[in-house]
Amino acid sequence: MPMTITEKILAAHAGADRVEPGQLINVKVDLALGNDITAPVAIREFAKIGVETVWDPERVVLVPDHFVPNKDIKSAEQANQLREFARKHNLAHYYEVGRMGVEHCLLPEQGLVGPGDLVIGADSHTCTYGGLGAFSTGVGSTDLAAAMALGETWLKVPESIKFVFNGDLPRWVGGKDLILYTIGQIGVDGALYMAMEFTGPAIEKLSMDGRLTMANMAVEAGAKNGIVPPDEITRRYVEGRAKRPYKFYRSDPDARYAAVYEFDVSKLEPQVAFPHLPENTRPVSEAGDVAIDQVVIGSCTNGRMQDLQEAAAVLKGHKVNDNLRLLVIPGTQEIYRQALREGLIELFIEAGAAVSTPTCGPCLGGHMGILAKGERALATTNRNFVGRMGHPESEVYLCNPAVAAASAVLGRIAAPWEVE
Amino acid sequence: MLLQGKAWKFGADVDTDAIIPARYLNTSEPEELAKHCMEDADPAFPDKVRPGDIIVAGKNFGCGSSREHAPIAIKAAGVSCVIARSFARIFYRNAFNIGLPIFESPEAAEAIGEGDEVAVDVRQGVIKNLTRGEEYRATPVPEFMQQIITAGGLINYVAERLRTPEAGGPT
Ligand code: SF4
Repeated sequence: MPMTITEKILAAHAGADRVEPGQLINVKVDLALGNDITAPVAIREFAKIGVETVWDPERVVLVPDHFVPNKDIKSAEQANQLREFARKHNLAHYYEVGRMGVEHCLLPEQGLVGPGDLVIGADSHTCTYGGLGAFSTGVGSTDLAAAMALGETWLKVPESIKFVFNGDLPRWVGGKDLILYTIGQIGVDGALYMAMEFTGPAIEKLSMDGRLTMANMAVEAGAKNGIVPPDEITRRYVEGRAKRPYKFYRSDPDARYAAVYEFDVSKLEPQVAFPHLPENTRPVSEAGDVAIDQVVIGSCTNGRMQDLQEAAAVLKGHKVNDNLRLLVIPGTQEIYRQALREGLIELFIEAGAAVSTPTCGPCLGGHMGILAKGERALATTNRNFVGRMGHPESEVYLCNPAVAAASAVLGRIAAPWEVE
Repeated sequence: MLLQGKAWKFGADVDTDAIIPARYLNTSEPEELAKHCMEDADPAFPDKVRPGDIIVAGKNFGCGSSREHAPIAIKAAGVSCVIARSFARIFYRNAFNIGLPIFESPEAAEAIGEGDEVAVDVRQGVIKNLTRGEEYRATPVPEFMQQIITAGGLINYVAERLRTPEAGGPT
C-alpha cells in the first residue's frame, strides 16, 4: 500500500504498518512543546490529571518567548509558572531569557527536532518542523497537558495535497514568497485539516531556512502540517546538530493525494499579503503606493540567519526612511551572535533600526512595537488579521525580508531592486 | 442535552485574534477572558451576549493561533455552543477538549439569521430554528470525540484512562 511521507511518519508512531486518511490514531510523540501563553493553561490542566511526573523530562520543552522579557506583572507571573514547573520536573529543555529564542527558530537550531520526528506543540506554528521532514502540528493547551502526562496524543490522519514548484527561483524570491503565493492560490482554508507536501525542483534547491519558512505558514492555509521531503540539504543541516537519531521518510511515487498543484515559479515576484488575511496576496510590483509606519523583520517565519542576511544586503549603504521605524529581531541568541560576528547588527543600527533581543513581541501585538490606531506595518511575520499587531484599526502587510528592508528605506511598500 | 438561545451571526474566517486579542493573553482566567470575547469582531458583544446564546458563523471559524483561550473565552461568556460552516482544526480540537459544544453545519450557518431563537439537540446533532420553524442537521461527531465529551473533556478522559489502561483511545 503506497503512502505519503506524512502517513509513513504517523504509521511509525502509531506502531502500525499503515494508516489511511480519516483514521483516528493514537501516536507516541517525540517532543511536546509549550510557551509562556499556552503552558500556564497546560500546567493547570496537567495538575488535574493526577500524575506525579511528566512522561519524560528530556522531551517536554518549555520556551517563554511571547511576552518576554516580561512585559508586565501578569506576564511575569505566567513566565514564572513555566520556570517553577521546569524546576520541579527537572526539564532538560527550558530556555531562560538570554539563552532563549522564538520557539520555532530555536528547536531546529538546537537539534531538538529532526527528520521523521512526530512533534506536537501548544502553538499553531509548530508545523514549522515539517521543513526538516518531520510531522509536527499545533494543538491546544489541554492536548499538551495530556501529552506531558502520557507521551501520546490522538490525531486524525490527514489527506495530503502535493505542491510541485517547477523552475528556478528568481532573485529576491524565496520560501516566504512561495508560501504566500500558494496561500493566495488556495485560500486560508484551502488545505483545512490536510497535509501540505512541498516538492519540485525549486524546493530541492531551497535552503533549510526557506523550507522552515514555508512549513511555518502551512497553518495559514488551514493545514494540519506542512512537510518537505528530506534530502542532502536536510542532512547537512541536521548533522552535528540532532540530539536524537533521526530518520528520512519519503512519499511513495504512487502515493494518493487529495489534489496536486503544479506552479511554475520561474517568473514569480516577491509577494505581499494585504490586510486582513494572508490569502490577499499580490506581486510587489502591483502593491501600489502604500506608505508604511513600521517595518518588522523577525519572527518564527523570517527571523533566521538567511533572513537577516537578505535584509542587510538590501539595507547596506542606506538609511531607514525618516517616516518609519524599523525593528529587527533575531530569532535566537545564536542567530543574534552570528549576526554580530558578520557585522549585520552594526549595519542595522547604523541604518537607523532598533535591534532587540529575541522575542515574539510585535508579531502577535504583545509588546515591543504595538501599532496605534490607523498605523500600518509591513512585517516578515505570518498573520495580518485585524488587530494582530495592535489597535483594531491598524493594518499589517506581510512580505519577505528583502522587501521589508527595501520598504524601510523608501517609506512605502517597495521591491528590493528599487533601492539597488 | 438541549441547548437554546439567541443567535449572533459572524462572517467567514473569524480568527482567534478576533475571538480573544493577544493583548489580553497575559492572563488565562476564564472570567477575565470572557470580558473581551469577540471584541475585535464586535466590540459590543461581551455586553450584549446572554447565557445560552449561540454563535453562528461562516467557514473556517477559529483560524489562526492555537490559543485555548479562544474557546475558553466563548464558554466563559455564557455562549452555549458555536455553529459554523466549518472550523479551523486546532479550534475544533480545543473546543472538544475543554467541553465547548460545536456543530459543523453549512445549512444552519447559511439559514440562521441574527437574533433567531435556536435550539440544539446535542446527542442527535439536530439544530432547530424556532423563529423560522426550520430544522438542520450537523455533521456527525466521530465516536472517539463523543467519548471525550461524555467523559467531560480530555483531562477527565485521560485521568480515567490512566486508572483503567485497557479502556482506551482510538485504535
Ligand atoms: S513569532 Fe509570532 S507566530 Fe511565531 S510563535 Fe511567536 S507569536 Fe507566534
